[in-house]
Amino acid sequence: MRDVLYLAWRYLVYNRLKTVILVTSITLIIYLPVGLNVVVEQSGEHLTARAEATPLLVGAKGSPLELALNSLYFSLDFPELTDYSEVTAITDSELATAIPLYVRFRSRSQPIVGTSLDYFEFRDFEFASGRPMAVLGECVVGAVAAETLGVGIGDAVTSSPETVFNLAGVYPLRMKVAGVLAKTYTSDDEAIFVDVKTAWIIQGLGHGHQDLASPDAAASVLDRSDDNIVANAALVQYNEITADNADTFHFHGDLSGYPLTAVVAVPDDEKSGVILRGRYADEDANSQIVRPVTVIDELLDTILTIQQFIVAAVIIVGLATVATAALVFMLSLRLRRREIDTMLKIGGSRPRVASMLLAEVAIVIVLSAMLASVITLLTWRFGPGIIESFVLA
Amino acid sequence: MIDIQGLQFSYGESDFSLQVPELAVARGETVAIVGPSGSGKTTLLNLIAGNAIPRSGTVNTNGEEVSGLHDAARRSFRIANIGLVFQEFELLEYLNVLDNILLPYRINRALTLDSDVRGRAAALAEQVGIADKLQRYANHLSQGEKQRVAVVRALVVRPPLLLADEPTGNLDPVNKERVLDILLEYAENNNATLITVTHDHDILHRFQRVIDFKHYYA
Repeated sequence: MRDVLYLAWRYLVYNRLKTVILVTSITLIIYLPVGLNVVVEQSGEHLTARAEATPLLVGAKGSPLELALNSLYFSLDFPELTDYSEVTAITDSELATAIPLYVRFRSRSQPIVGTSLDYFEFRDFEFASGRPMAVLGECVVGAVAAETLGVGIGDAVTSSPETVFNLAGVYPLRMKVAGVLAKTYTSDDEAIFVDVKTAWIIQGLGHGHQDLASPDAAASVLDRSDDNIVANAALVQYNEITADNADTFHFHGDLSGYPLTAVVAVPDDEKSGVILRGRYADEDANSQIVRPVTVIDELLDTILTIQQFIVAAVIIVGLATVATAALVFMLSLRLRRREIDTMLKIGGSRPRVASMLLAEVAIVIVLSAMLASVITLLTWRFGPGIIESFVLA
Repeated sequence: MIDIQGLQFSYGESDFSLQVPELAVARGETVAIVGPSGSGKTTLLNLIAGNAIPRSGTVNTNGEEVSGLHDAARRSFRIANIGLVFQEFELLEYLNVLDNILLPYRINRALTLDSDVRGRAAALAEQVGIADKLQRYANHLSQGEKQRVAVVRALVVRPPLLLADEPTGNLDPVNKERVLDILLEYAENNNATLITVTHDHDILHRFQRVIDFKHYYA
């Protein structure tokens, strides 16, 4: 058997280009349906686990999928905006704990999640180091975000502008890292958590600037009346909240109208949840309430349907590939007729020569299966992360 | 060594017919077979080797009625007792020189590849001047080198009978002499029988017996 395998191996090595093409084709045919299944199953489990851990989401009327993806996985696309009055309304109903979410800004590729400390309790966060944010301008970073940004306690992270070329847009805000979370193996690991008011400051809805009454700012003042001062753009605005300038930060208008992407509602019990959902049943209402698990199940159903189509296509392509490989093998037998005749003429046994040819096929299949297994293992390890980032991008 | 009696052979429905009433070749004898193309010289070699089965008559090779053996036994007998050399060398392109020489040991369980065989292969390669080319592939060798590899492949099993089908047909004069020297020297040193089919009348003087085959076909 060793001799047969040796001869088969020598043939495959000598004809390495042909071998590589065959192995690659068969590997793909084995891997595609299996790998796809692994990815979909694992991603499904991962997505569902997060959705199941989040009872209800309230947001503005619009796409429930965008609302769920943004609130659970901090996806780049943010939903129609609701406002802070929703938090007050849910709290006042005494049916659920309301946790504001404002997931709109980023620091490089890491999402900045404006929320309250209730979110930390709700997700049962543990700190690897430091403490929760205590004042405006402080943040807590998830384990992966800390690693990606290379920051720790006392360092600063800066929000990214929404668009580089819009001078009137969001200005970067430097935020001090107060704590780093322990790994949770969820999308929270990627996030930078700030108080929702800090998120509004990032947007420019709240701001801090030079005291207009000070002599230094006199040159910037355009108009001064009893209850209003108008200044020009030369007035110094702060892009970092420090102990020295914290008092100058303020918000204009009624905070209840300030934007949020969603409100996480954690009902006190099942009955409260049902009542709360009933209150949003009115089709004319401006808000919607969704059960994330339902939304994610629908998404997975869609992915599953697509997967079935892909698997069917792969099976058809696979059959074509196997037929082509068989044809290649039979043609190569014809081309190798003389070589086979030589072996038989000098006394090679028919079973041995046949075994050698079959061993070539077997080696190609075994190599392909091994390669497909390795890629499937890699998919099992890294696939869900890749597909999640693909779905959430 | 070889005893042929009443041999008749034909290929299916073709007009070709080979008839050899009687032919005996002694152990250690060197024989050259000449004759026109299509006269059945190569067919005779195939019949002696058991690669073709006669319609009637017997071919006794080294005491064995080869045509009476079943396929597997015939192949085992052939690989252990008969060294075959072809005009076109018939080396496997995906094997290097050493693996080509050792090929008989890998394609039939009747032979066992061990260190003695490897040593013998190396010694034979040294003897015919290809020791430095053992790791090369066949398509990197000259015609003369290829035929020397093919001859060593035939000799490595130490066969008592060598059948060579126009072994010098594709070689230049220098390599022709060299390959003939190797075959004849082996036959002499090992008391082996050598039967060579050839069209080359310049080499006939080197054989003990010459058979003109035009008498044997119809």
